[in-house]
Amino acid sequence: MKIVACIKQVPDSEAKVSASGGKISWGEAPLVINPFDEYAVEGALQQKEANGGTVTALCIGPESGKEALKHALAMGADDAILVSDPGLTNLDTQGAACVLAAAIKKIGGVDMVMFGRQTLDDGSGLTAAQTARQLGWPMLGLVGHIKVEGGEVHVSRVIEEGRQNVKAKLPAVLSIVQSIGEPRYPSFMGIRKASKANIPVWSLADVGATAPAPVVTRTELITPPSREVVVEIIKGDSPNAIADTLADKILAEKVL
Amino acid sequence: MKTLVYIDHFKGVVQPASWEALGVGKSLGTVEAVVLGANLNDVVKAAFEFGADEVLVADNPAIEDYRAEPYAATLSALISAEAPDAVLFPTTSRTRELAAMVAIDLKTGVLVDLTGLAVEGDKLVATRPIYEGKLMETETCSTKPILATLRARAFPRPTRNEGASGTPKKVEVKAEALTTVEGYEVAEQTLNVADAAVVVSGGRGVSNNPSLTPPAGMDEKQAEIWRAQQGFQLVGELANVLGGAVGASRAAVDAGYIPYKHQVGQTGKVVAPDLYVACGISGAIQHQAGMRNSKVIVAINKDPEAPIFQVADYGLVADLFKAVPELTDAVKKLRAEH
Repeated sequence: MKIVACIKQVPDSEAKVSASGGKISWGEAPLVINPFDEYAVEGALQQKEANGGTVTALCIGPESGKEALKHALAMGADDAILVSDPGLTNLDTQGAACVLAAAIKKIGGVDMVMFGRQTLDDGSGLTAAQTARQLGWPMLGLVGHIKVEGGEVHVSRVIEEGRQNVKAKLPAVLSIVQSIGEPRYPSFMGIRKASKANIPVWSLADVGATAPAPVVTRTELITPPSREVVVEIIKGDSPNAIADTLADKILAEKVL
Repeated sequence: MKTLVYIDHFKGVVQPASWEALGVGKSLGTVEAVVLGANLNDVVKAAFEFGADEVLVADNPAIEDYRAEPYAATLSALISAEAPDAVLFPTTSRTRELAAMVAIDLKTGVLVDLTGLAVEGDKLVATRPIYEGKLMETETCSTKPILATLRARAFPRPTRNEGASGTPKKVEVKAEALTTVEGYEVAEQTLNVADAAVVVSGGRGVSNNPSLTPPAGMDEKQAEIWRAQQGFQLVGELANVLGGAVGASRAAVDAGYIPYKHQVGQTGKVVAPDLYVACGISGAIQHQAGMRNSKVIVAINKDPEAPIFQVADYGLVADLFKAVPELTDAVKKLRAEH
């Protein structure tokens, strides 16, 4: 079983993100593997353990993206590929899907491709389904449980109303959600192996794609206004009296 | 401007943000609602009542269950034939992938999970939160039709004109599927945090009730989760009397106290209810980004230094296990009087 886990590098979730002059900055905060993509790597490793095979981590990004790939390697991925090219600085999700589909075809013989549900930065959550469509493979979105049997994959999809259980023939594209289980921590041995790994870098020419022109473009960045409130701490003689006062205030706001 | 609006439903129960999208479509010009599935008479009727000029319906047992490929293929063919300027969707688990795939078919782009949509000249300019709500961006799409998914509660819901009706137009179905549905495990119908006008959330603090003795035989982690569930019961009772949904911080979800669908913040869900009550939530930056646009915020925390108080309108420095039931009773009493 050949599994590809697609990951992205993003600023850490603890970062204070700000915008000025059309540029986004996150101060001293580190760049990390997108937390939702750790579930994709976890799901891929579980399937490797269950069925045998290999896990390849795949990332589009600048040279620094290798650090995110090393995290996947340290978790247990067998190898990693960075797709990096000056023509890829201004990608929208359609473009990313096009490049990822080309890279997956170049890897060849892939049975399953796993994505996180969305990224912490742009957060559009479109790329998995768009990659599936580019490849012409079935899309299994928001998957919380996976079982492979006789060339078919059975999954449980987490939807608003509960779970939808679906099967599809392999190869398929999956996006993975938290129910798959907590991502494993990199082991000491894994970290050592990752630190020595020589990660190949593929250009657009290598994957046989041309730089896609973005159709969705940002026109403005806005820092949301800070919530200008001074908290009114409710006090009173007894818990009962405090609760009554607070309930009065809530009703007076006429929001119910 | 002509728009198509995709009405998202599960077995005929419509995601209410679909009607909000229909309202946005109406404000832009002519609006046609699209409904795919089976046994759709009630959904079609509702679409007319919420203001659709026309309803396009594929009512066919072959596509009774939502699956990405036949829905995307049917919708792509329909959009090509109808040639709208824009196609609007409510943001749901289904529509994100549906819009994504249709965009590939039609070589266009998707503007996702919008909180604002404005017309500038002949262009649509969308506003959406990025970086977990820490920033907002405006964006446009240079190709047509523009596909856009709209965040629940970000746009007004149109009033329903009971009795409005019309004759739906039949849509040709592309039923070829790559996946087979094997079944459903349908959860108890609970109010979705994104759709709720009131959200009462619990954090890590809900597991800290020292006066509870867990049943014998539990290990430490089981006892912690048991305590947390008792805590969430109090949160749920308050949510009940306020007519709201139960939310949770990432810490509470990560600790296994409550399922992920309740999470607020960190791309769990960004919510903007009229009233948000945070119980035992410290208010990490990700959580604040997920709820700071609520109209009125109430924080209950025993730590007066908790960051949640920086964004709250009303604060209660108190033990939530006493304060939350007291507040539940007080609201019950007041509502009984009115």
